[in-house]
Amino acid sequence: MARKLKIGWFSFSCSEDSTIIFTEILNDYYRQWKNLIDFKSILVMQRKSSIEDLDVAFIEGAITSDSQEEKLKKIRKNTKKLVAVGSCAVIGMPSSQRNQFVDENLNKEIAEILIRFQYKEKVLKVSDIVKVDDNVPGCPMNEAVFLQVINKYLKEFGISHA
Amino acid sequence: MHDLDLNLADISKIEGKASCSIKIRNGKVDDVKFSIAEYKRFYTKAIQGKDILALPQLTARICGTCSNAHLLCAIKAVENALQFTPSPQTVVLRKLLNYGLIIRDHALHLYVFVLPDLFKKDSILDFDENDPIEHKFLDSAFKVKAAGNLLGITVGGRSVHAPYAAVGGFTRLPDQKQLLEVRNKLLNIRNDVLELIELLNLRDSKLIRKDLLYAALIDDEFSFLNGRILETSGKRINEEEFGNFLESLIIPYSQATGYKYRGKIYMVGALARLNLGKDKLHVKTKQSAGKFLSVFPSDNIYHNNLAQAIEILHAVDSSVDLIDNLKISPERPILPQRREGAGVGVIEAPRGTLYYRLEVDNLGKIKKGKIVVPTGQNQIGIEVSIRQYLEENINNLQKKEEIENIVETIVRSYDPCMSCASHFLKFKYL
Repeated sequence: MARKLKIGWFSFSCSEDSTIIFTEILNDYYRQWKNLIDFKSILVMQRKSSIEDLDVAFIEGAITSDSQEEKLKKIRKNTKKLVAVGSCAVIGMPSSQRNQFVDENLNKEIAEILIRFQYKEKVLKVSDIVKVDDNVPGCPMNEAVFLQVINKYLKEFGISHA
Repeated sequence: MHDLDLNLADISKIEGKASCSIKIRNGKVDDVKFSIAEYKRFYTKAIQGKDILALPQLTARICGTCSNAHLLCAIKAVENALQFTPSPQTVVLRKLLNYGLIIRDHALHLYVFVLPDLFKKDSILDFDENDPIEHKFLDSAFKVKAAGNLLGITVGGRSVHAPYAAVGGFTRLPDQKQLLEVRNKLLNIRNDVLELIELLNLRDSKLIRKDLLYAALIDDEFSFLNGRILETSGKRINEEEFGNFLESLIIPYSQATGYKYRGKIYMVGALARLNLGKDKLHVKTKQSAGKFLSVFPSDNIYHNNLAQAIEILHAVDSSVDLIDNLKISPERPILPQRREGAGVGVIEAPRGTLYYRLEVDNLGKIKKGKIVVPTGQNQIGIEVSIRQYLEENINNLQKKEEIENIVETIVRSYDPCMSCASHFLKFKYL
């Protein structure tokens, strides 16, 4: 069997708008990609999930908790390339909007939730924590840039028909 | 099954993150906890001080899949606060934008999330292209989703966070020729949708919920955007009153607030809409799906899937009619006069009733905002449904994997959206 590009799609704190765009991109590209791409993990589409030995991990969303940070670091260790997808992953916003709250009463009001559910003190963008190889900016992600990135990695990993 | 501790950490094929823990002791269901695991992004606080023109695009970012519903509901609340009436053309375009969302969003749920369960597969990506039935439904999945997506793009500029929809109108108008192309694509998916309806009616599961109340915003054309709130008892209230009957409940293990309506567990969404308003569906939908409509009103929560499929057909038929009668006239958004006030916006998002209440100052800045989303309203019902299923079937359940699968299908039948549900601070209605 010909080698496929092993990808994982992981969402953290965000609206998952880029996930939706990705599922819509599949309307046009699924049949072209099915022999080229092995979806090792994409929770919105399948239960089976593996983050071992990935070629490319796509990361959507900002990092809000220590557990998310640990998971992100684990993904980074297990993938050759890591791509930040969408504005929350690339620049942190709008998921990091609580970082901008200056009103003391407001911060007191949200503090209880932050403590109870073990939030990080500040919401972070992906590159604050791990090395990012490529960015797909936009809210939602820019489809054309995403396709360029996919095609680039199909070529780089020597996947046939790329 | 005698004893069991099950922790389903990441429920798959839903929008966002949710988990469920189950404890069975001595053959009895001891504990069930369904929790929404998305971290909050504090939108109801972040909107304070924002301008009314910027607000809809900001709250659209609450959720990628329901984004245009948030956009339209926020616009409605702002325009109501300013006592502004949109132009008839704007009203039609908003309906089309929302129908595009209904088609795309229900199709994503039914084809990508639910269909694998019906074919005993993990994923639509596992469908066998050599099997004619699986091949056909795979084709339909992409075709139907694409048609809804295209309607959203044509009218709103993008199917997610539509940039053209704004307070006062549309910043750019759709091209008449493109609308006709969309119309033909919509007609072209009609048979696919009917086949989906047939399949769901034939193969979907059964869980009859007891004592469940239904509520939905219904009007004479089943537009999802206007009308009055109907409930199972036959009571009708105006949308401004809806918030008065909502009771928020803090669920300590969940990131999201749960709700009761008039003190009762209730359900919003397609099943509620069909149970309460099936007679208002498009006449062609009623003709084509007549034999399937007879199951409603239904207390089988899995019929939410069938109801969504029927709503796709209604959205197709209604959109075709609207496009046939629409001649685009050049018009620009009208900027409403800024004034102090409060406005309520209620619409039916794909997953159910979406409620916005905004208070605006005389400069057009948001003083306060309250947002109640469908999944928050269904959250308690999901947990109770899981518990009911386990209690009724505990003697027949043998394997942990079997329970995991069933719990996932029950959650999926509600089509919850966790991104929406978890991003508000708690608040209390008086």
